[in-house]
Amino acid sequence: MVAEALACLVLVPVVAACLALVLPGRWRWLAVAAGLLPLPLAMAWLTGELGREGLITVAVAGFEAPLGIVWRLDGLSAVLVWLNIIIALLVGLHAAAHYPADKLNGFRFWPLWLLLSGAMNALLLSADLFNLFVTLELVTLAAIGLLVVDRKPQAMRAAVRYLLLALLGSLFYLLGVALVYGQTGTLDLYQAAGVLQPDLLGHTALVLMTVGLLVKAAIFPLHGWLPAAHGNAPGPVSAVLSAMVVKVAVYLVWRLWLWLAGDWAIPAGLTMLGLLGALAIVYGSLQALVQQRVKMIVAYSTVAQLGYLMLLFPLLGLVAFQATSYHLLSHGLAKAAMFLAAANLLTRLGTDQLGDLRGADRRMPLDVFTLALAGVSILGLPPSGGFIAKWLMLQTALAQGGWLWVGVILVGGLLAAAYLFRVLAVLCARPVACPELPVSGKADQLTSLVALGLALAALAAGFVPAPVLKLLATAWPLGGAP
Amino acid sequence: MNHPEIWMLAAAGLFGLGLYSLIIARHLLRQLIAIKIMGSAVFLVLVVTAGLVDGSLDGIAQALVLTGIVIAVAAIAFALALVVSLAETTGSISLNPDDDDGR
Amino acid sequence: MTEWLLFWLPLAVVLVSALAGLGIFIAGEHRPILRVSLNLAAALAKVVLVGIMGLLVMAGQVPEFNFALLPGLDFKLRADSLSMLFAVLSAVLWLVTTIYAVAYLERARDRARFFGFFSLCVTATMGIAMAGNLLTFFIFYELLTLTTWPLVVHNGNRESFAGARSYLVHTLGASVFLLVGIIWLYQLTGGQDFIAGGYLGELGLDQYHSLRIVFWLLVIGFGVKAALFPLHAWLPRAMVAPAPVSALLHAVAVVKAGAFGLVRLVEDIYGFELVQTLGLDLPLLLLASFTIVYGSVLALFQTDIKKRLAYSTVSQVSYITLGVAIGGPIAAIGGMVHLVHQGLMKITLFFCAGIFANLLGVKKIDQLDGIGRRLPWTSLCFTIGALGMIGLPPVAGFVSKWYLGAGAVAVGREWVILVLLASTLLNAAYFLPLIKRIWLNEPARAWPAEIDASRLEVFGLVGATLATTGVAVGVGLFAGHPLSPLSWVTGIVTDYFP
Repeated sequence: MVAEALACLVLVPVVAACLALVLPGRWRWLAVAAGLLPLPLAMAWLTGELGREGLITVAVAGFEAPLGIVWRLDGLSAVLVWLNIIIALLVGLHAAAHYPADKLNGFRFWPLWLLLSGAMNALLLSADLFNLFVTLELVTLAAIGLLVVDRKPQAMRAAVRYLLLALLGSLFYLLGVALVYGQTGTLDLYQAAGVLQPDLLGHTALVLMTVGLLVKAAIFPLHGWLPAAHGNAPGPVSAVLSAMVVKVAVYLVWRLWLWLAGDWAIPAGLTMLGLLGALAIVYGSLQALVQQRVKMIVAYSTVAQLGYLMLLFPLLGLVAFQATSYHLLSHGLAKAAMFLAAANLLTRLGTDQLGDLRGADRRMPLDVFTLALAGVSILGLPPSGGFIAKWLMLQTALAQGGWLWVGVILVGGLLAAAYLFRVLAVLCARPVACPELPVSGKADQLTSLVALGLALAALAAGFVPAPVLKLLATAWPLGGAP
Repeated sequence: MNHPEIWMLAAAGLFGLGLYSLIIARHLLRQLIAIKIMGSAVFLVLVVTAGLVDGSLDGIAQALVLTGIVIAVAAIAFALALVVSLAETTGSISLNPDDDDGR
Repeated sequence: MTEWLLFWLPLAVVLVSALAGLGIFIAGEHRPILRVSLNLAAALAKVVLVGIMGLLVMAGQVPEFNFALLPGLDFKLRADSLSMLFAVLSAVLWLVTTIYAVAYLERARDRARFFGFFSLCVTATMGIAMAGNLLTFFIFYELLTLTTWPLVVHNGNRESFAGARSYLVHTLGASVFLLVGIIWLYQLTGGQDFIAGGYLGELGLDQYHSLRIVFWLLVIGFGVKAALFPLHAWLPRAMVAPAPVSALLHAVAVVKAGAFGLVRLVEDIYGFELVQTLGLDLPLLLLASFTIVYGSVLALFQTDIKKRLAYSTVSQVSYITLGVAIGGPIAAIGGMVHLVHQGLMKITLFFCAGIFANLLGVKKIDQLDGIGRRLPWTSLCFTIGALGMIGLPPVAGFVSKWYLGAGAVAVGREWVILVLLASTLLNAAYFLPLIKRIWLNEPARAWPAEIDASRLEVFGLVGATLATTGVAVGVGLFAGHPLSPLSWVTGIVTDYFP
């Protein structure tokens, strides 16, 4: 039963993607629905099982590691699978308004969308270094395919740059995997963990894999491709790119450093990664402050927010792990909401240049409100998931006397306030002239409501963190109190 | 496989060569070829290090390399398609370093 | 039944205005009648609920809503007598201000946005009043910052954005210090409830250094909203907001939230005894004294009516801090009761300034000449408010000043009397010329921008103003009555100084 449910998470969307390719016209809607709707049910059941078992492992087709492939669901991957499902469904609802499955652009969009969510689930379930490479590659290719689905020149240029760097990153990662395999004779991350020695070869492998993944995760200074890609992608694609695609790369870095090399005691490396995160926070926020387009501001905000995820390394501990994972979750929701709201502004007002958006709150109050609400979580102000994450991060940083990290977290919050209120101030300003918009149709209302729903979810995360944090705690590998 | 160092050196050379031309090349096709060369280096390492484990040929490593090659082919094909349509829409077959802010 | 009521009532009190706010957003710009009735109904409901809660508290019950966010991290709303002081003030003044604001903004745009956020602000204020621990306090404190921002930028012009930016820079900057201080305290003691006499007393000497740092972190956090020197600069600049906003938020909600936080800090977190042991009372007292004099001096130089009132607020709010920093029960009574008294008087003055500006376009002090003949009732209210501020009996301000002075003498800090005296003289110096202009000078030939207001509008504006004036005089006149703020505060203070 467990194996079937896990397989459902991966195979259902992938099979549906194939169906969406071959089915004609309206039947494609059916494939889309069949590919996405069973996911939350399967995952809800699995979460219940996970709560009882603490860890779910399944050897695919009965072959145990090292020969076979093992799927593994722990608290951390469960939280990310949930985020992936929520994003795939809600953002998918938004996408349905712009990419009707029975039209040509929908035909281009939906197979890739389904493939992306299936590949993402597969990645999150994989416990095998090589499998992770394959699924990460699939995720990247599907994401880039979605990025160019509208065939806009800027998006294409961004996609080519993204693709080149992503391939480069994959090669570095694979090189590291080759070294690990050479030393340990296994590809299973958890089997290799006990065997891989912290010697020169082991360290080289870890560094190579990390560098490769940091390119895909767009961690400063390897973030160069991200703003153009996230800022020029179609709205729903920007949302999923920022909320999920870069996050899973960070997730893999966590897996490598805490699970594979958890007992290596390399404080210099941990501090180094933390410093990269700190620089990302400051640099990304400053860049967001000077951008002229709303979507570019939101994209640079992602560069900054990803930095917080790297703070797990210097703050190493259960609370820090819960905090950064919770940040990952709430940022995913809030950022998706922001990108969708920004996309709505762009679609209906024809521009997202800040200078042309004066008084947008009169014409599209709901979307401006959504931007503001999602902003609350990004700023880490209460009541929101972002606040809980920030509180826990500060708590553990203070407990360790890590004043540098305290300072970075707080400065990051202030800079985020600066760039978000810069946007809100323009949106609420008195317009010079305020032409009436055409009456909004059902589709427009739907897109606005979906964005609002995601923003509200980010706020709601501030009220019920306990079960999620408990689930995360079961996954923590290093033990001990913070 | 008696002298793995030679193979490793060759792989390192290939990887470096690829990385170098990836950085200096402007034409997208050249950049893709560079990536392809780096990929070959990685597969070489994979085959050689797998041989180091017990000195005999390793079936899993061979399978991995095969899978890796398939994925690399798919990725490169995708990249080529992307480059072609980029060339069709914009008439340029290189990336201008100035356009990355997307304004 | 009672259990159930005691649990849910605090949440209901907070949420009633939040729901009203949402309803107002949904009702939108084009359904004014629905919107206004919703707003008034919620305001009335809130007064009733707060009234019920007040009765329960008087009967010795403790309404408390508790929700654990995480183990050790509680969201707790609890109504103790100090909460009730602030809650009653906010609920009553919300009702009055809503009536005033509906009339005031009759011709304005974006009213749905305005009243929606206005209601959310009151939610935040209520939450601050009833926060049972620092985490809850912080949540509502930040909510207040966020929900006031749209009100400050309401006019949408360049000055309002500049004012709002200054406001944000100050408040969000300070919230950083506040957050660090709060988390530090949670580190030291875990999340504890506010309790009369403080909960940090049992910490050992080795923690005193941390406690001092945390104290100042929290003082910065609260001091910004309380406009404590040198963190006051945002307050005069935020006067670009419409008059009802200035009135409720910058004379009652925002600055009082800061002052209320300082009271909680000294009395309910540290406890005055510990503050004294740590040697923190004198610096705080000096800071408050300086702010009192400084604000009054700057008020003298303002030519804009609202700006002068704003600097007067800077000065007057520090009376509350002064009261808790002096130490001893009598001064504490003076400080806490000023929370109510200053609110009543200042809101009256802002209402009047708003009426002058709205009906006649009078914004500068030299335009006030002879306005007493044109708007006698409003002018009367303004005069009473100003005299109260100076401290003339029987208006409320006198009571506060009396207790502050007596309290200072009681603990041997006679020099505070000099501060009070200087402040009184300065108050007179910046208010009396206004009163003279209003009643004695000849009016100019035409008012700057007179509008033809409807009877209903004038009724709403002046009626609300008369109501607050009446209460301000009433609480002074009947200070001895068992239901007066003074008696209530005396009851609170006996908890602190048994």
